[in-house]
Amino acid sequence: MEIYLDNSATTKIRHEVMDEIKDVYENNYGNPSSIHRKGLQIEKKMEFARKSVAKVINAKPEEIYFTGGGTESNNIAILGHLNNTPNSEVKYNIITTKIEHPSVYNTFKHFEDNLDVKYLNTDETGKIDVQELAESIDENTLLVSIILVNNELGTIQELDKIVETVKKKNRRTKIHVDAIQAFGKIKIDTNKTSVDTISFSSHKIHGPKGVGGLFIKSGCRINSVIFGGNQEKGIRPGTENTPGIVGFGKACELVYDNFQEEMDKLYSLKEKYGMRLKEEIEDIKINSDLTRTGAPHILNLSFKNVKGEVLVHYLEDKGIYVSTGSACSSKAKSDNRILKSINLDRDFIDGTIRISFGYFNNFDEIDYVILNMKESINEIRKFMK
Amino acid sequence: MYNVLAVSFGEIFLKGKNRSSFEKKLIEQIKLSLKGFRDVVIYKDQGKVFIETKHEEDMDEIINKVKKIFGIVLISPCIKVEKNVEIIKDKTKELFKYLCSKKEIQTFKIDTHRSDKTFPVKSMEFNADMGEIILDEFENITVDVHNPDVHIYIDIKLNCYISSEKIKTVGGLPVGTSGRALLLLSGGIDSPVAGYMIAKRGVEIDALYFHTYPFTSERANEKVKHLKELLEDYCGKITLYSINILDIHKAIKLNCKEDETTILARRFMMRIAEKLALEKEIDMLITGESLGQVASQTMKSMAVIENSIEMPILKPVIGMDKTEIMEIARNIGTYETSILPYDDCCSVFAPKHPTIKPKLDSIKRSESNLDIEDLIEKAMSTIEIL
Repeated sequence: MEIYLDNSATTKIRHEVMDEIKDVYENNYGNPSSIHRKGLQIEKKMEFARKSVAKVINAKPEEIYFTGGGTESNNIAILGHLNNTPNSEVKYNIITTKIEHPSVYNTFKHFEDNLDVKYLNTDETGKIDVQELAESIDENTLLVSIILVNNELGTIQELDKIVETVKKKNRRTKIHVDAIQAFGKIKIDTNKTSVDTISFSSHKIHGPKGVGGLFIKSGCRINSVIFGGNQEKGIRPGTENTPGIVGFGKACELVYDNFQEEMDKLYSLKEKYGMRLKEEIEDIKINSDLTRTGAPHILNLSFKNVKGEVLVHYLEDKGIYVSTGSACSSKAKSDNRILKSINLDRDFIDGTIRISFGYFNNFDEIDYVILNMKESINEIRKFMK
Repeated sequence: MYNVLAVSFGEIFLKGKNRSSFEKKLIEQIKLSLKGFRDVVIYKDQGKVFIETKHEEDMDEIINKVKKIFGIVLISPCIKVEKNVEIIKDKTKELFKYLCSKKEIQTFKIDTHRSDKTFPVKSMEFNADMGEIILDEFENITVDVHNPDVHIYIDIKLNCYISSEKIKTVGGLPVGTSGRALLLLSGGIDSPVAGYMIAKRGVEIDALYFHTYPFTSERANEKVKHLKELLEDYCGKITLYSINILDIHKAIKLNCKEDETTILARRFMMRIAEKLALEKEIDMLITGESLGQVASQTMKSMAVIENSIEMPILKPVIGMDKTEIMEIARNIGTYETSILPYDDCCSVFAPKHPTIKPKLDSIKRSESNLDIEDLIEKAMSTIEIL
């Protein structure tokens, strides 16, 4: 028995995607830059993939740039927005949140020497206060970067309100959105928003690893941060990962064709798990929003007098794979930044796990998972004070 | 440059009648250690052991491996040539040129050793001849017989060996010449060092690792396995056993006094180790205990822990400071792995205030609440070879 409930970490590839990747490796292995037919063939496949990716967020294909993954997309976007900051007396500032993924958080930290960097607080549900954002923006704000769906909690930020607020205070301020957990899971319509750049990743939606994308809105210019050939218009030079890109395109097609149905399934899985756990396990805290204002696939839970890490090992022994919210608290360095920022009680913070759903999960798994969680937690609690 | 490594054995020469069996063990160990190398031949030339490779580029790695073998005291990389005066001259010049490229040399000395007395030129004469050739060929160089920058050794046996460097190695006795012991390997810094030190005296080592999965991670197993592999460079093949003692911890936690849990658990570990050792016909245990380092390593604690078994326990690092142990760990290459954070991350079963002065009768009273034999049986049934 294997029940994989760690789809926010990564997903199992879908076989339709695998078939496409195999075909590229075996038959369409040309380099899109080659002028012969082999080059043209794969170039056409790549451009088809670009269209498939664009459709998921209602973008134009030319607004999509393929990258080496989500972290790379975030770096290219943030560095690309900021690298050209003029030298002047003025101290410019940039704004992000306290619950960003490390690929944004640490990139912002990198700028702390030269720019004022503001990290927005969140409330206990993980949402930022748009008022605080508004107050933080001035004429020297270069960039605001927001994680659309937080990877640990699944909190969805109110993007429209955020964008409106930013552009109203300073229309020159650029907005970057980390949509790596949101892409393909909730509706994103780039046509109706003034967001400048959006990053996303293939392996979170049952596509291959090592490939991602960056949306750059038409008219928005970012500077190159990697130098090389003219692939991806110089934004991401280097021979394209064509099997990855084609596979990513296929994964996007599958998402697009079945979007509403799949989203409904994920939401009802989350609701069912949430309800059952609340009913059957004492001293539990559901940290994620169980309704449809939260992400469909992420369920973050805390148990009093349990160590998340130990629970993960108990469950893995039963073939159930989840992840910890917080690593062992005996080591100060691993204290969880995100759980801290939502003011979780000390008693609960160590006992936090994240369950995240994907295409391969189904309702038949619920009984087995709940039963084993219950038994494991009872067992662990016997030995924890 | 070098195609042969000369190997000098240490104390085994003192061991009289055992010499040939010790030498055999040692050659076996060299073979095992160099298993991964292509075209390596181990042979003897007039009683001395040589390792020859057809691939000179492998020599540095071969030296790194051989350096770690117990029972060897010196190694010397050599150029092996025919006993032909002209060839020896050419190769000696070549070696000298190579040495000049590596460091600044002003003085040198030639040292010929002629075990093959049929070689036409006598040692002293040959020294002078070769010295002259070097002086003719290289500028600003003089001979210094007392304190030269470089020594060139020319060893004439069945073949001729030209060398310059003598590398001191770990010493000790060949593994397997002093019996066997079971090492309690924890994944920390001390126990690999303890195993190393006992193996150095010729003891063949098996290792035992206790875990509490799922309270610890499978990654901790990987770490201990890696430590074992690092030790194998010195100790030869090690069989690593793992045993799950979660049920023992649970039983102690539920039935005994909190401050005694560590002592009680350690007594169980000793009993299990002894039982395993007896099954495998091993005579002694090895631990990485260092006096006073933690609560279970006070005099009183150790006395109470050891009281649980009859088998002798070797504690080679008992009198060392942590920094001394760490230094050895760094030298033998286990330190970096030992400090990886997977071990004991969630020390759920460690008491907040462990006793440092346990009383045997109190401990025995606590144990009377437990079914010792049953718990040991159950733990033994989880044994795995990692």
